[in-house]
Amino acid sequence: MAILEAQNITKTYSNHVALSDVSISVPKGSIFGLLGPNGAGKTSLIRIINQITAPDEGRIAFDGKDLKPDHVQDIGYLPEERGLYKKMKVGEQAVYLARLKGMSKSEATKKLKEWFKRFEIEDWWHKKVEELSKGMAQKVQFITTVLHEPKLLILDEPFSGFDPINANLIKEELLRLRDEGATIMLSTHNMGSVEEICSHIALINNAKVVLEGSVKEVRNKFKEGVYDLVFSGNMLSFTNALWTNFELIHHHETEDKLRSARIKLTEGATVNDLLKTVIQVAEVHSLNEVIPSMNDIFIKIVQQKEESDE
Amino acid sequence: MSKISLIIEREYVSRVRKKSFIIMTFLGPLLIGGLLSLGVFLGMNDSSIYNVLVVDLTPEIAFDSTDSPKPMFVDQLKETSQVRFDYTTDGLTNAEFDSTEYTLMLVLREDIMTFPEAEMVFRKLPSMKARSYIKSQVERVIEDNKLILESIPKEKFDEINTDLNIITVDAEDGSTSFKQEQAFIGFGFAVLIYFFIFLYGVQVMRGVMEEKSNRIVEVIISSVKPFQLMMGKIVGVALVGLTQFLLWVILSGILFSVATSIFAPELANAGTMADQIQATEEVANEVSKDAMEQAAIGEMAELILFRVNWPLMIGMFIFYFLGGYLLYASLFAAVGAAVDNETDTQQFMMPITIPLVFGFIVSEFALTNPEGSMVFWFSQFPLTSPIVMMVRGAMGFDSGSIWELILSMTLLIAGFVFCVWLAGKIYRVGILMYGKKVSYKELAKWLKY
Repeated sequence: MAILEAQNITKTYSNHVALSDVSISVPKGSIFGLLGPNGAGKTSLIRIINQITAPDEGRIAFDGKDLKPDHVQDIGYLPEERGLYKKMKVGEQAVYLARLKGMSKSEATKKLKEWFKRFEIEDWWHKKVEELSKGMAQKVQFITTVLHEPKLLILDEPFSGFDPINANLIKEELLRLRDEGATIMLSTHNMGSVEEICSHIALINNAKVVLEGSVKEVRNKFKEGVYDLVFSGNMLSFTNALWTNFELIHHHETEDKLRSARIKLTEGATVNDLLKTVIQVAEVHSLNEVIPSMNDIFIKIVQQKEESDE
Repeated sequence: MSKISLIIEREYVSRVRKKSFIIMTFLGPLLIGGLLSLGVFLGMNDSSIYNVLVVDLTPEIAFDSTDSPKPMFVDQLKETSQVRFDYTTDGLTNAEFDSTEYTLMLVLREDIMTFPEAEMVFRKLPSMKARSYIKSQVERVIEDNKLILESIPKEKFDEINTDLNIITVDAEDGSTSFKQEQAFIGFGFAVLIYFFIFLYGVQVMRGVMEEKSNRIVEVIISSVKPFQLMMGKIVGVALVGLTQFLLWVILSGILFSVATSIFAPELANAGTMADQIQATEEVANEVSKDAMEQAAIGEMAELILFRVNWPLMIGMFIFYFLGGYLLYASLFAAVGAAVDNETDTQQFMMPITIPLVFGFIVSEFALTNPEGSMVFWFSQFPLTSPIVMMVRGAMGFDSGSIWELILSMTLLIAGFVFCVWLAGKIYRVGILMYGKKVSYKELAKWLKY
């Protein structure tokens, strides 16, 4: 079931179209990656979901109901442009932000103390924000985003500007929150982290959704019948054997005197055919299908689009 | 609604806690009231002793045969505990005087009867009180001498001597008029409103810019509507302004009563207003024997205590301060939202500052002609009415002119509703715009988003 469903969202600013007939569906309990190059419309979509701006057309459903102002209590949002009041004390500020989300003062204080303990930052409570380093402030921002236990957590470029230690901490917390039942939607350029934590993605390019689905589906969809074969034997006879049905993309010698070859099956050929062919000329050590990385898919789609535009 | 009150609370508390607020709260009345009243009281209660060397250059005359001839002023000036006179008929140079023990040298010229002019050489500038006492003494001697010369009995002269008191009366309601003086009181309020709008309007603008440049604004508007955030800030800062004003009134009151009980106990002990006027007059009597000054002080007291309609003025002040502030603060908020940094504010500040300063100039003109047509029009125009109307309002209203006040108030309400609406549109778009230098054309586009 989807916790969030955007249907046919269109948003136009006076000089350009930010979103054109965009529909996405974020399954409950998923970690949903919103991908796309800069200026594709990710932030516009996120702002519409957060009710910061209204769409020109289209409808957003949250948990099966039309999105309403009250839903801000069920959503946690960490924008790309994030900051804190510099002159305010950390604890005071976190309580203020929590109360804006509808929590009571005592509840917010209690929960915050727990989070501060978990992140080992209890002694920051009475510090002013301007005394914190950037990494410290990011931790505080993250806590204030998740404090009210939102059903849906929206993070715009959460890993930009985080050092690897903090980025890892955030990743672990996101996975933990997902396990506790939250749904997480994040926009990012970091394809590595998409593969690592996202279960679903939508790729937006030029105001349109060009790809959507589970990470597994998407990567399988972009499989091109390419395999890595590790073998030992004569390279020349190996190349000759592949002549008819296969295409040798590249090959190299591995450290333990074996050879590794990347082979693409041409029309009609199966993995069994490949094995039958190579077994006659070489000793097979391993055979693995090459599944395209999200990074490859991303670049491929965005470039395709640019080429077709030209 | 509870969210907007949270925002108001934060804006209010974070500002009231600032050191600058606390310092201003105490320093304001101390500076204005304290210095002013201290100056006045010190001037009145000058306790220094003046040893005056009177250089009498008038010819020696004997009025009747039993007297030996002597100059006109010798032994004629009355001494008090503070002013003592010694006489000489030899002129001293200023340098010679400087080496004597005397505090003042009064040089009375030979032809003082025809040219009433005297020179007072000082080592330390004498107080107003001392000067006016010496002046009155010399005048009295000259008058007495002239009376003798003209053979007019002193009693006759006192009978002839007239002190005319002009009472101006308003043809409309028959009330005794203090228009000009009242206008000054109104102008005082106008200045206050002008400064408050500027002071707190700019604070709103700074606050908006701070939120924008700190990048916290997007976090907050994911919880509340941009309009709520803007209004929360504007109202919060307005409450800070009112708090400051209230504290100033209270502190000034305390300061004034402490000051009067120290320097003029009669004034502090007087219960009713009438008593106070009398007490003021008594103080005036002590201070100066000059009838003109007495009258002026009495009139001033009457003006301040009776002529100015304080409930109306305070009520108008609160209304026009809030109305004018809301109008301007929302425009300031829009400017803060439209720009990225303080230097970019200049181009948008201009159109806001001009009507404000213009209102101030018109209210200065209004001092000389508070019921003129220019004052009327600008007391109706919402961008200037908060300042100009205070001067006009000090004149009071009657059943025939109350519509002016009602119309002006209605227009002001309409004006700020419009400005808040306009500002809300610009604000909503502006706070999420970074790194873009905004033009007026761009702002116009935002209205349509």
